Amino acid sequence: MAVTVAAAAREERRETPAPPGTPALLPERLRRARPLFDRAIVGRAALSAFGKLNPARLRKNPVIFVVEVGAALTTVLVARDAAAGRPGLAFGLQIGLWLWFTVLFANFAEAMAEARGKAQADSLRQTKTRVMATREAKGGGTESVPGSALRAGDIVVCEAGDTIPGDGEVIEGVASVDESVVTGESAPVIRESGGDRSAVTGGTRVLSDRIRVRITSNPGETFLDRMIALVEGASRQKTPNEVALNILIAGLSLIFLLVVATLDPFAASAVAAAGAGRVPAVTVLVALLVCLIPTTIGGLLSAIGIAGMDRVMQHNVLAMSGRAVEAAGDVHTLLLDKTGTITLGNRHAVEFLPVGGVEEAELADAAQAASLADETPEGRSIVVLAKQRFRLRGREVADPAARFIPFSAQTRMSGVDLGGRQLRKGASDAVVAFVRGRGGAVPAGFAEVVERVARTGGTPLAVADGPRLLGVIHLKDVVKGGIKERIAQLRLMGIRSVMITGDNPLTAAAIASEAGVDDFLAQATPKDKLDYIRREQAAGRLVAMTGDGTNDAPALAQADVGLAMNSGTVAAKEAGNMVDLDSNPTKLIEVVAIGKQLLITRGALTTFSIANDVAKYFAIVPAMFMGSYPSLAALNIMRLHTPQSAILSAVVFNALIIVALVPLALRGVKYRPQSASAMLRRNLLVYGLGGLVAPFPGIWAIDRLLVWLHLV
Amino acid sequence: MTTTGVFEILGFLGIVLALARPLGVFMAGVFEGERTFLHPALGWLERLIYRLGGIREDAEQRWTEYAFALLAFAAVEFVLTYALLRLQGLLPLNPEGFGTAHAPGWAAPMTPDLAFNTAISFASNTNWQAYSGERTLGYFAQMAALTTQNFTSAAAGMAVAIAVIRGFARRESKTIGNFWVDTTRAAVYVLLPLALVAALVFVSQGVVQNWDAYTRVRTVEGATQVIAQGPVASQEAIKELGTNGGGFFNANSAHPFENPTPFTNLVQLVLMFLVSAGLTATFGHMVRDPRQGWALLAAMSLLFAVGAFVATAAEQRGNPILERLGVEAAAGAGQPGGNMEGKEVRFGIVDSALFATVTTDASCGAVNSMHDSYTPLGGLVPLFDIQTGEVIFGGVGAGLCGILLFAILAVFIAGLMVGRTPEYVGKRIEQKEVKMAMLALIATAFSILVFTALATSAPLAKGSAWNAPGPPAANAANAGPHGFTELLYAYSSATGNNGSAFAGLDADTPWYDVTTGVAMIIGRFLFLLPLLAAAGSLAAKKSIPVTAGTLPTGGGLFVALLVGTIIIVGALTFFPALSLGPIVEQFLMNQGRLFSLVLAVPGGVPWL
Repeated sequence: MAVTVAAAAREERRETPAPPGTPALLPERLRRARPLFDRAIVGRAALSAFGKLNPARLRKNPVIFVVEVGAALTTVLVARDAAAGRPGLAFGLQIGLWLWFTVLFANFAEAMAEARGKAQADSLRQTKTRVMATREAKGGGTESVPGSALRAGDIVVCEAGDTIPGDGEVIEGVASVDESVVTGESAPVIRESGGDRSAVTGGTRVLSDRIRVRITSNPGETFLDRMIALVEGASRQKTPNEVALNILIAGLSLIFLLVVATLDPFAASAVAAAGAGRVPAVTVLVALLVCLIPTTIGGLLSAIGIAGMDRVMQHNVLAMSGRAVEAAGDVHTLLLDKTGTITLGNRHAVEFLPVGGVEEAELADAAQAASLADETPEGRSIVVLAKQRFRLRGREVADPAARFIPFSAQTRMSGVDLGGRQLRKGASDAVVAFVRGRGGAVPAGFAEVVERVARTGGTPLAVADGPRLLGVIHLKDVVKGGIKERIAQLRLMGIRSVMITGDNPLTAAAIASEAGVDDFLAQATPKDKLDYIRREQAAGRLVAMTGDGTNDAPALAQADVGLAMNSGTVAAKEAGNMVDLDSNPTKLIEVVAIGKQLLITRGALTTFSIANDVAKYFAIVPAMFMGSYPSLAALNIMRLHTPQSAILSAVVFNALIIVALVPLALRGVKYRPQSASAMLRRNLLVYGLGGLVAPFPGIWAIDRLLVWLHLV
Repeated sequence: MTTTGVFEILGFLGIVLALARPLGVFMAGVFEGERTFLHPALGWLERLIYRLGGIREDAEQRWTEYAFALLAFAAVEFVLTYALLRLQGLLPLNPEGFGTAHAPGWAAPMTPDLAFNTAISFASNTNWQAYSGERTLGYFAQMAALTTQNFTSAAAGMAVAIAVIRGFARRESKTIGNFWVDTTRAAVYVLLPLALVAALVFVSQGVVQNWDAYTRVRTVEGATQVIAQGPVASQEAIKELGTNGGGFFNANSAHPFENPTPFTNLVQLVLMFLVSAGLTATFGHMVRDPRQGWALLAAMSLLFAVGAFVATAAEQRGNPILERLGVEAAAGAGQPGGNMEGKEVRFGIVDSALFATVTTDASCGAVNSMHDSYTPLGGLVPLFDIQTGEVIFGGVGAGLCGILLFAILAVFIAGLMVGRTPEYVGKRIEQKEVKMAMLALIATAFSILVFTALATSAPLAKGSAWNAPGPPAANAANAGPHGFTELLYAYSSATGNNGSAFAGLDADTPWYDVTTGVAMIIGRFLFLLPLLAAAGSLAAKKSIPVTAGTLPTGGGLFVALLVGTIIIVGALTFFPALSLGPIVEQFLMNQGRLFSLVLAVPGGVPWL
């Protein structure tokens, strides 16, 4: 097999040599997806490759259809020659056989992608266990019906232990739900009526409480149903890019048909002029045609598309169409929610800022004591910071003398009464009021410190010991590790990232600059988001965003890529064109990478396929005309043994290269975030130049093998 | 190759590159309706044409209307030319009386099929000449029918190029300009002034410009020689400038009255590339990114330079068979060396090979040497230049359209490899554009390959009304691969709207008049119309801002990609045919075999 192809495959396997600390854009899970050649899947695919020989089905793929017609024609001619007892049967037979193989290999590639999708779909389908639903009857009361009988608008009641029978919306009650079948996440989630956490997915299980659910989809139209159909390739629509590429390769095929058809009279005139040689047989012309038309990309095109969808799915994202996935690759602007994407959900204490001559250690000690019973992440972070800075060990929480004051919305403070000391921490105005109420004064400089913390995007938390105001704890939004690098990678790819936050502009600006985003939208209302998207689109940019609330729906619908969180409302999910089952807004970045990878794979194999033709000419053209013009042997630069071995080698190479590239088509080419020009240079070198060069040693080696095996 | 040769080729390219931007920016101004320095002198002419034609300057056209105007204009041109050619006997300025009863005995008639072929040839900017100018046409027909066509068909080509550029430059626009306005401006402000200057230069160098009767002189041997005269300089200038290529005389630019000196030769070379090179800069200017224009120009220049060096080297190397016979092939003092068959001594190897490369690159078709006499490799260059789709500078307007077509294809094939839907200068390349680009490509491949195949296999009998010599292949002067090359070249030239003759083919028979005529129509209109359609679709799109994720189309990488696409697509389509023509012939020549003239066409082989 071609050396370069093997090398390319090896390269695909090699881990991305990312600089230390840079998180790969594609997470680990994507790269070690399901084993490529699972035996069951290969078996299923091999079988269905034969089923796809049906010309009525194959007609949709013009390139492979031409190969099938050529194979059939060759078969008929061989049969005729056999009947007539003509010599040279073995050659025609082998050509015919390999043409059939070419069709089968192309079918196999598509079947492999579909079978992998099916395997994915089957695991999804398991979640659709046959459940009985408790439906509220029209006339009052409830009835037990099979889940499959539910229609949109039906109302069902689910209690602890029940499996929710279909996609729907909670209209009454609150329950904890185990959604692990869909998300793989074992921790239960809360679903309640109203608000943004009202959507439930069929197949998930209620763990506690009782909810009334309005079913929102008819049987066969649930998210899972749609997704299953998509990954199985049944309802797969060709994306506009695919259609355009199909036009290109069909057009090229037509040109090559002209080339080969006119070669017959050309050859006849050459034979007449030279008075030697023979006009190439129809079998040979068919072989040439099949070698020239872009069978590689023609055979792999749909596999690439299906595999792309499948990869999205392996990320636990349901894409509603292939078009959405490709649009993700085209995106110019990403709207990223601050919380959860750019920052961890919680703020952390980062420094103690004493005021009025208080020692920092005293402030830390008081702050730690006031936070001992505070189980919020913020409270814990204060304890940890004090421990780190001053080696203050957490004191015994069970101290009988200690009386903990929990946080309340009224006091906006929490703290502890410990041995006569009243330690409090809380919002600065609340603590000031507390201090003043005990006859204390506010030290000079306190207001400045509070303001400075606020200006840098932090939250100031004042700490008091009775009437003494000790200082301020600086709580900070913590930017997620690695997000800055990811955003830098996005910028490298020409994608602007915009942070969306409800914070005030001051805080937003500070976090935006820390995370390195290109722009931010502070105090963002749903309408602001929508307007922002429209502005970007008016400037010709494509926008991607995530959202979960009902009020996100218009923006999700407007965006070119709208990734809705599975935990969000039905409205949001309907409006978006993808749903993330993990409800992880960071996923958006990965979806972009998958979209790009899909497009690159398609382009790389197209380039490879077309570049391959050059070598095939050098194999076949001298072989065809050396009889008439022996001096054309000079073009036989691969020094192939005989005209027959040359033609057969080219055909065999042409068939085998499809199989050899199946892994690449299914897995996608290596993708690394880099600028377009760097990416083009690299891919042109690997797939353009590689495609030009690879077939030479490939065909040469096959020729040697065929001769060695005495097949020609 | 001689050192002078290298410097001459590079020096010529340098002149073209230096002129491209000033002319290009000037043209952008003209077509965008700005006032230029020529408006005070020529504005009246533009306004007069609008008034006479009832043209509204601000009336914009959709692509369909634009295309319809282009076709209507060509149709009228065709009919007018046909009529003028057929009726020339009734027209003035015909001192030799062509087309009348008292035409001289050596005159060749303008038959209906020849007039059909010639009219199409000039209306399609091909200027394939199946007739022999000085033996067939009077001065009025030459001027009114042919010189005028040289201006109008070139102007129409430029108009289409501008419309296609607008497709890229405009945003969310339903229209792509006005064909009548663009054509008028191209003729009035670009072609007319440049042609006027060039014509004066030619006259100063000895190109004739008169309405005299042919001069009859008695030679020292006592024979009578007829020396043709005519308004040559005026046609010569636009012949090169408008990449028309239809010579006043049959010998075209090899004739001393058309191209007397190496200086006029250089001027003609520059004129052939001038407008097409300028249009790349116009493109860059109008899409507000000059680098885009430079990239196209760089790709063209690279392809030109490779062709020019290969052709010159092949001709300079000469014919090994003659060399073996003791003929000195090396260049030396006072002799050019190499293969001088079919070349003018006043031009030598480099000026001839360079001219052959330029004229076929530029879809001009003027010749100053006989391509048929080139070494196989030297002749392969002009043939392949045409077969790449006339995009190496190419015809005025059509060349830019052609290279944009390849840019669309290159971007579409390789552009996906940057992980985005392919874009070119801010416009997404989608179904419609790919479909139209493929349509244009298929049409030209079809025309060249199918007509050549028909010519090699059509079972016509000797004495047939369609083709008196019998099978069309019998019209080729040479046997074997060389004869095949002559056929392939004829249909490539017609389809590519080049019009240069490889010579050695008797193309004035009904068969060739009709088939090359149809090939010219396909090559012109099935090429330009799809591009106009693509322009219409592109103009309606939004413009996508350039980011780091955008495929860079203004740099060296893109130039390499574009050149690769042009060569590979051209090679993949024509390699088998070429291997049976010039490629095998080169191998055979190296082995010592040549293909002699095998047949005597009645009346001699034209153009020789």
